[in-house]
Amino acid sequence: MRHIISLLMENEPGALSRVVGLFSQRGYNIESLNVAVTDDATMSRLTLVTVGDERVIEQITKQLNKLVDVIKLVDLTEGAHIEREMMLIKVRALGAQRAELKRCSDIFRAQIVDVTSSTFTVQMVGTSEKLDSFIQAIGDIAILEVVRSGVSGIARGEKTLSV
Amino acid sequence: MELLSGGEMVVRALQDEGVEFIFGYPGGAVLHIYDAIFNHSDIPHILVRHEQAATHAADGYARATGKPGVVLVTSGPGATNAITGIATAYMDSIPMVVLSGQVQSHLIGEDAFQETDMLGISRPIVKHSFQVKHASEIPGIIKKAFYIASTGRPGPVVIDIPKDLTNPHDKYEYVYPEEMRLRSYQPVTKGHTGQIRKAVNLLMKARRPVIYSGGGVVQGGGSELLVELAQMLNFPVTNTLMGLGAYPGEDRQFLGMLGMHGFYEANNAMHHSDLILAIGVRFDDRVTNTVSKFCPDATIIHVDVDPASISKTVAAHVPIVGPVDAVLAEMVSQVKEAMASGEKTDEEALKVWWDRIDEWRAQHGLWHTPRYKDDSGLIKPQEVIEELWRLTKGEAFITSDVGQHQMYAAQYYRYNKPRRWINSGGLGTMGFGLPAAMGIKLKFPEDDVICVTGEGSIQMNIQELSTCTQYDIPVKILNLHNGYLGMVKQWQDMQYGGRYSQSTYEKSLPDFVKLVEAYGHVGIRITKPEELRPKLEEALAIKDRLVFIDCMIDPHEHVYPMHIAPNGSMRDMWLSKTERT
Ligand SMILES: Cc1ncc(C[n+]2csc(CCOP(=O)(O)OP(=O)(O)O)c2C)c(N)n1
Repeated sequence: MRHIISLLMENEPGALSRVVGLFSQRGYNIESLNVAVTDDATMSRLTLVTVGDERVIEQITKQLNKLVDVIKLVDLTEGAHIEREMMLIKVRALGAQRAELKRCSDIFRAQIVDVTSSTFTVQMVGTSEKLDSFIQAIGDIAILEVVRSGVSGIARGEKTLSV
Repeated sequence: MELLSGGEMVVRALQDEGVEFIFGYPGGAVLHIYDAIFNHSDIPHILVRHEQAATHAADGYARATGKPGVVLVTSGPGATNAITGIATAYMDSIPMVVLSGQVQSHLIGEDAFQETDMLGISRPIVKHSFQVKHASEIPGIIKKAFYIASTGRPGPVVIDIPKDLTNPHDKYEYVYPEEMRLRSYQPVTKGHTGQIRKAVNLLMKARRPVIYSGGGVVQGGGSELLVELAQMLNFPVTNTLMGLGAYPGEDRQFLGMLGMHGFYEANNAMHHSDLILAIGVRFDDRVTNTVSKFCPDATIIHVDVDPASISKTVAAHVPIVGPVDAVLAEMVSQVKEAMASGEKTDEEALKVWWDRIDEWRAQHGLWHTPRYKDDSGLIKPQEVIEELWRLTKGEAFITSDVGQHQMYAAQYYRYNKPRRWINSGGLGTMGFGLPAAMGIKLKFPEDDVICVTGEGSIQMNIQELSTCTQYDIPVKILNLHNGYLGMVKQWQDMQYGGRYSQSTYEKSLPDFVKLVEAYGHVGIRITKPEELRPKLEEALAIKDRLVFIDCMIDPHEHVYPMHIAPNGSMRDMWLSKTERT
């Protein structure tokens, strides 16, 4: 099962390497990882996507919680949540492809953020699945470069991850 | 306001923390600190002969006292030499603070002379680590390090200190924090009362219970409460390799060690039990044998201070997260309450259970009838340990290295008190025994501290004989001399058709008696069974010298029982070279 684990940790040197190291050390998967400082400069918010059965996920959350730098942790997939990922995709855009790409971007509510005579760069925000479908939808148009931010997420409603 | 340099702060903070010994080795990156030690320190510093030994000595001290051991090493090779000892402490959850020197801040990352990324190298084997960024942080970081190392599930903490931050000319205000609270680290202080109630209900109804207790009970100071609980309930107790001594070895309710080289009665009791009270253990693969076959009928109550230990390899039916002493205390009082209100354990079922256990004991119990005697005319290692146990009345500190001798020392010495059996269980580090013994003997000069070892292991840190000379540390070393890397040979006998690939020394061993004499110690060799007792007595009577007892034993002896693997269950064991269950 795919899980989105989100945590607050001390914004200290070495904290990120402890989290990442834990995954390689114990043989857990990381599908994506996303980290940045929060409104409180002493804390970072890290969100990662991992897969594993119930026992593995339980171990992952326990081991993460055990890291001295980790302040709080939530498995977002356990409750209602919003999940977003941002993608920048640069594609070959020539002739009829330009109109087709424009149409496709509108349908997916993506924006074309950079244009040259032969390329488009499209920006898109959505669930990882939606980003995948966009890539599929543009079919045989040549993809030059894909940059994805990794998933970030937040719980719906009143629930917050804060200290 | 007091102004101190970074180097002076290190020394002062260690003093303020009540540190009794520093085990270390100097080098460029820590010379400012060493100068501060020279000028200001009241703490005895023990100059080892190799940094690995510093970590094991600090570790031995920590295991025997429960207080963090302290290590000071230089950058680069000093730091990397300490790694094995840090990993050893980490695997057995031993509190330790390791101060490593680092190159000057502005050189970090430039592959400077003796630079190594100590935080990176040690990351997977520490509970936490710090790199000092400014000298004024030193007292706070040291306070945090001791707090983290010694609370919750204990473990080693590394503090990496760039040389420039200890410069004697840069002085800052020194204040040692009184208290420590961290928002990201709050170890639990008690167990969940409801969960404990559930557990107690199960205990009162159990028909074939076993208490399976481990290193967590020793480390967590839960030994007395464990004894109280077990005796109130009349339940059998087995200890892991790390837990020996938490329950008195000579008590009727003690089944001996369990696991790969565990006792027949202990492994069978576990396999057939209907309720396991697991305390301060981690269901290690050296205990469980094949997990899918582990104790098929048992309901499992698992108490541990580390939630990540619970249900890691074997799922617990009743998990209880908390310090073992607090949880045991609450269990004891709940059982008392239940008994006061007329509730009883199932005494009839327990009687039947004890009869069965006594049968197992009579069949193959190591302490019931000595099974190792034969007519070879050679000294049997088991007999050596039994004799040692009798002569020291079960009260000595026994450290060990890793191999057959370690298992004999675990099986045949009956530890009546916690913190007396000191061995590297998790990492299995050869070379641990002698330096660990040094750390203990320094703290407990009046006690017998005996390192049980083998020719392979002792040579991994034999240079410490010199440290023992310098600081007058009269430990005893008992070498069970079989002329092989015995445990390797045993596996090669059992699984590789007796092909002794690289497990023999081919007459290259030193004369250990002469060797220790060269260091100024006493060497005694024992070659015949009839010499065993008198020569051991002679060695133990020498209180003020290090004595190395080189005891020539049957080179072909094996450790039994031994779990049958792969695919065996707890009760599947080899009982001798020819008998199996
Ligand atoms: C540092 C290290 N290297 C290798 C091993 C693997 N090993 C485990 S037991 C053993 C043999 C130990 O021989 P010795 O110390 O002579 O003890 P004996 O088994 O003969 O009693 C070896 C090589 C280990 N545990 N630690």
